Amino acid sequence: MTRRILLDHGSGGMASRQLIETVFLPRLNNPVLARFEDSAVLSAGAARIAFTTDSYVVDPIFFPGGDIGLLAVHGTVNDLAMQGARPLALSLSLILEEGFAMAELERLADSIGRAADNCRVPIVTGDTKVVPRGKADKIFINTSGIGLVPDHLVLGADLARPGDTVLLSGFLGDHGVTIMAARAGLSMQSAIQSDTAPLHTMVAAMLRAAPGGIRCLRDPTRGGAATVLAEIAASSGVRIEIDEDRLPVRPGVKTACELLGLDPLYLANEGKCIAIVEAGAAEILLTAMRETPEGRDARVIGTVTATSSEKHPARVILKTGIGGARIVGPLSGEPLPRIC
Amino acid sequence: MSLAAISEGFRDRRLAAALTERIRENKAGPLRIMEVCGTHTMAIFRHGIRSLLPAEIELISGPGCPVCVTATGDIDLMIALAAKPGVTLATFGDLLRVPGSEGKSLAMARAAGARVEVVYSPADALDMARNTDGLVVFPAIGFETTIPVIAATVLEARSKNVRNFMLLVSHKVVPPALEVLLSDPELAIDGLLCPGHVSAIIGEQAYQPLVAQFHMPCVIAGFEPLDILSAVYMLTRQAGRGQARVENCYGRVVSKEGNPRAREIIYRVFKPCNAWWRGLGEIPGSGLELQEEFRDFDARTRFELPAVFVPEPQGCRCGEILTARIKPPQCPLFNTRCTPTHPVGPCMVSSEGTCAAYSKYGDL
Repeated sequence: MTRRILLDHGSGGMASRQLIETVFLPRLNNPVLARFEDSAVLSAGAARIAFTTDSYVVDPIFFPGGDIGLLAVHGTVNDLAMQGARPLALSLSLILEEGFAMAELERLADSIGRAADNCRVPIVTGDTKVVPRGKADKIFINTSGIGLVPDHLVLGADLARPGDTVLLSGFLGDHGVTIMAARAGLSMQSAIQSDTAPLHTMVAAMLRAAPGGIRCLRDPTRGGAATVLAEIAASSGVRIEIDEDRLPVRPGVKTACELLGLDPLYLANEGKCIAIVEAGAAEILLTAMRETPEGRDARVIGTVTATSSEKHPARVILKTGIGGARIVGPLSGEPLPRIC
Repeated sequence: MSLAAISEGFRDRRLAAALTERIRENKAGPLRIMEVCGTHTMAIFRHGIRSLLPAEIELISGPGCPVCVTATGDIDLMIALAAKPGVTLATFGDLLRVPGSEGKSLAMARAAGARVEVVYSPADALDMARNTDGLVVFPAIGFETTIPVIAATVLEARSKNVRNFMLLVSHKVVPPALEVLLSDPELAIDGLLCPGHVSAIIGEQAYQPLVAQFHMPCVIAGFEPLDILSAVYMLTRQAGRGQARVENCYGRVVSKEGNPRAREIIYRVFKPCNAWWRGLGEIPGSGLELQEEFRDFDARTRFELPAVFVPEPQGCRCGEILTARIKPPQCPLFNTRCTPTHPVGPCMVSSEGTCAAYSKYGDL
């Protein structure tokens, strides 16, 4: 049987990870790539440069709260921010389908321009390709970005330690539910919209408040908070306990989850950050996050409880609302392709 | 009041603790309670209900996931149909990754060029048929809960004269399977946690024969944590008293008679036939096929598809898991060769599959 790429491979969950591990890591093997962080961190003289790239294929290209252009700017800015980097510049590459309406392209260009201005990150280079009608769907966007990492700052998914506190910057699942509703043609009673937002300003505030107190920052996009937390637990060899009652989920998202059988922990977010921080710094970091618009609803959602052992393997455990407990594993399977 | 707000009431931590305490006080001794609905299986895991119950109460999962009990041969037929020129297979997403024989799945068939579209309801598949010249085939799987909607879609297709819409019928009905399970002395089931949605159609009355024949405590439950804990409490109470009767703990949805109109529409469109269940084998009268007058909508007739028996993948013990003979960690393939990303058997694929639940939520 011919082995082929399946939609699962683009889910951001276990299948994506396995694809990278089996196809790319052995062939491109180098220690920077093998760290599996949102950005690579490279040394250039005295400077430490964060470098990242991401492609955007979201369908529909315009959705409540944003569009593919906004996502393309924010997503790459956020990947830089998750390494604590101050974004310096972005690239913008477009793959356009023949016949794509010029007015829509102009609307997206406006949106990209505004987003870059708001982020104070210039788009300094780019590329445009056009493929025959039907060979791509409207528009695909790739952005890459570079940023400056503060001296001595090292953040990583392998740095969580027992006793650390787990922070979440705001409500879960808004982007995932928005795209799902737009695709299924569902009209939501309460208007949910994408949470797409740049996080670098919030991260800068956190770094000013307690630079030494932050262990790891991740933005839970595809695969959701569950996949990010599972990766951190596995990389750090720890057990993380989160509390269902503390998870912020908007009523509209909750309702959509009940109706469609979804778990908000697995829904995509485009403007949220999970932070593993030293317990002693948690309060001051929370205050710093809450003073920024992106971190207004930040809160503690759990703790790193223990180092893993043979008897108690690395896991994320959810204390359920009724007082029970269960595992939160990484996403497997593809809930919905082309979410971002 | 929003749906989410309503369900909050059934997730009250204090009430859950109180119910758990009463279950403990019942001291009903070792009890094996089988839930026969995939939605129950997932709810039990999702809310961590096992972690609240005393160790001597064992919740075991039965053949309640419609995807999981669908025979390998039927999955092969779906894959074969999807590959036919001019045919679009419009399916619930759950079926996409279920392996047929030789590990092939609809997702792989789609990647190789077959037309497979995910729909959220049979009505979406009918709409698709109206907007295309090709043939749209909907794999009709599921129990009493889903069947009325699909039957209604067939009636709609006939009244609107949509000729390019067809079903590949693999429907199953629950009571005959329960009878087979309860007849098996090896399983030693002490109580049934009866499905909520299915019971809304078949009613409390459907379990009376099981009570009479097997002296089996039966409690119908909803899907919220307090629904399930209350039902477990009632089962322990019956067991403690040596009783066996049907109790309805889901009165807000399920009535004594069920839904006669839904049953009427089912049997207007379908009639009973024998069906092959993965894990249970062929069970007389447990399946449905289209009535003669609706044969135009039957993909099996149209394409002269033979009912073939295809053995289950080698080493796969889904059959034993579906009948609660073993638990997922006892299968040598579990989380080794068979994982959510590379499933060998259906129980690992379906969102309601027991192995998927163990793998995703399982051992702390």
